[in-house]
Amino acid sequence: MSTTSAEIKPGKASLLYDPKIRGYVYQFALLAVVGFLIWSAASNAIENLRAQKIASGFGFWHNAAGFDINQKLIPFSASGSTYGQAFWVGLLNTLLVASIGIVLATFLGFFVGVARLSSNWIVSKLAMIYVEVIRNLPLLLQLFFWYNAVLKPLPNPRQSIELPAGFLLNNRGLYVPDPQFGPGGNLIIWALLIGLVATFVFRSWARKQQAATGKQYPIGLVALGLIIVLPLLVYFATGRPITFVYPELAGFNLRGGIQIFPEFVALLVGLTTYTAGFIAEVVRAGILAVSKGQTEAANALGLRAGPTLKLVVIPQAMRVIIPPLTSNYLNLTKNSSLAVAIGYPDLVQVFTGTVLNQTGQAVEVVAITMAVYLTISLVTSFFMNIYNKRMALVER
Amino acid sequence: MKQIIGAALIAVTAAICASGALAQSTTLAQVKNRGILLCGSGTGLAGFGIPDQQGNWAGMDVDVCRAVASAIFNDPNKVKFIPLSAKDRFTSLQSGEVDLLSRTTTWTISRDTSLGLNFAGVNYYDGQGFMVRKKLGVDSVLKLAGASICTQQGTTTELNLADYFRANKIKYEVVAFASNQETVKAYEAGRCDAFTTDASGLYAERLTLSNPDDHMVLPEIISKEPLGPVVRHGDDVWLDIVKWSLFAMVNAEELGVTKANADEMLKSENPEIKRLVGTEGKFGEPMGLTNDWALRIIKHVGNYGESFERNVGSGSLLKIARGQNALWTKGGLQYAPPIR
Repeated sequence: MSTTSAEIKPGKASLLYDPKIRGYVYQFALLAVVGFLIWSAASNAIENLRAQKIASGFGFWHNAAGFDINQKLIPFSASGSTYGQAFWVGLLNTLLVASIGIVLATFLGFFVGVARLSSNWIVSKLAMIYVEVIRNLPLLLQLFFWYNAVLKPLPNPRQSIELPAGFLLNNRGLYVPDPQFGPGGNLIIWALLIGLVATFVFRSWARKQQAATGKQYPIGLVALGLIIVLPLLVYFATGRPITFVYPELAGFNLRGGIQIFPEFVALLVGLTTYTAGFIAEVVRAGILAVSKGQTEAANALGLRAGPTLKLVVIPQAMRVIIPPLTSNYLNLTKNSSLAVAIGYPDLVQVFTGTVLNQTGQAVEVVAITMAVYLTISLVTSFFMNIYNKRMALVER
Repeated sequence: MKQIIGAALIAVTAAICASGALAQSTTLAQVKNRGILLCGSGTGLAGFGIPDQQGNWAGMDVDVCRAVASAIFNDPNKVKFIPLSAKDRFTSLQSGEVDLLSRTTTWTISRDTSLGLNFAGVNYYDGQGFMVRKKLGVDSVLKLAGASICTQQGTTTELNLADYFRANKIKYEVVAFASNQETVKAYEAGRCDAFTTDASGLYAERLTLSNPDDHMVLPEIISKEPLGPVVRHGDDVWLDIVKWSLFAMVNAEELGVTKANADEMLKSENPEIKRLVGTEGKFGEPMGLTNDWALRIIKHVGNYGESFERNVGSGSLLKIARGQNALWTKGGLQYAPPIR
């Protein structure tokens, strides 16, 4: 199709009938229409805001917020914090629930997806029931269910359920002892980090050895030793520098410890179980897409069912699984905005809820929120695409 | 493809022209053309705005909308009530989805000046209170240290709560919900030790709990909450209509004109009553209404006192005393400028 100036003979065809030029004209016209549409919508909005004397601009960002938020990963209080800080509190809460939810949903989804293909009748039917029930009920309804299921049966703080290791459970949430690091406490963290890195190095070395010589090394045992035993040894060697602040009853509520809010738990459980239902189907489709001959070949080589799945089927299935898995991750992140219904202070609840209402600047607040979700989604897609490229079939 | 572009162009042009035309006509003209008033109401608060068993909306705030509809159409039922949550209400009014917002909305300077809104008076003087379970054994808000408190987000309540506890240096945990129903449900489920909203709302919500007698309202009132109807900036005539519909009800109570005796009052010789019911002077015309506008309101909705007693006072389950909402002549705050 490519035409160079040498090929066009002058006078042969008028520019009007040149399909390429015509194409450009149409494209340009469409672009102009879209541009005009955006410009007129924006100028119309600005004009109307000005006419009605509605405050506009982003000056509100530095204004004092004057309200409180219960779950916050960064310091925030009604005295002195700004709307901008409220935005960050909400955003971090969204990212917290989304990132933990993605990890848990992936594990649960893979488990259920594989279980549904199990030759065990009960296991596969249970997995089928799970998938069909979860996928066919609205998420909002499930969130209400979980919130009430979490909240209703739990006692009030004065009758907290005592769990092992100083954990307490009541209808204000789960209270976890708060670790305090004394002198030498940092060493334990370092030991843990060293253990993790060493495990990683050992694993890749062991794999290379296996590929080269066929000899297998006990990766699991070594990982256990490096990640758990090493920090434990350091802990005792440094004279047990970690102390815990245990939650205890003070007035109406518990004081001390780390509080995990019931809203967070309900949202996390709801998002995880819901998305896992979809991931399970993606996984099942991916596994079924791998030709049966691959399993038969693995069996012929003497591999048992576990290694066959792990080493032969799943790696090939991943090529089919990753693209729809990405869209499920994006869905989970976006669905976390339903938090607003059960009072979890995520970005939408805090920013497009309270901040929008107290400032009245709907256009700016909604635009910022949309930009944030777009950014989160694009970043997630970007990393998943890199992963997809690494997993893709290398064509020669 | 060409057809699609053509259609899109026509649609865009039409949309732009339409929005231009809409901006120019007045709210009153729009309401008259539509034949019905669009009133932003609450999502169901007994005494202020809630559908009754027959599905008819009733309440103090609803009566303001019915008064405006009566003044315009001589029919209190030409109102469509659009339930709005606290956090959606201003956006709906700003964008023109409703003509008038009447749902326990507190008059504050920021709402009046930076949201593009105008408050058209105060139909209920309220203040923020707290409800707790009796078995907590608490008799003051100051003893709520460390408590979890449920509230509705996007309200002045949420801000007052933070102010009050900060001023008194008391620690607390706030749990904010988007809707009133969710807030009350969470309180009832035990998520919170206390539930806070305007005192009138507390009395109304207490009746909806499964065991109202297990709960009590604490004595402190921690804020001023003048509640009133709200309209958009930029249409002064419409503001006048809403404002004076409310004033007409208050003036009618002061002058002793009621739903029952309204027609008799047409024969009254009292000049103030004559101006109110429209037998003297032309006070409706400048607003684009008929001169019997106030008479229509009184005949269909009643005066302010009747509305109060019927919805939240002795004639209702709430049994709220007039208190600050009594007429100024009886030691209260309800005071309307004269009709002359």
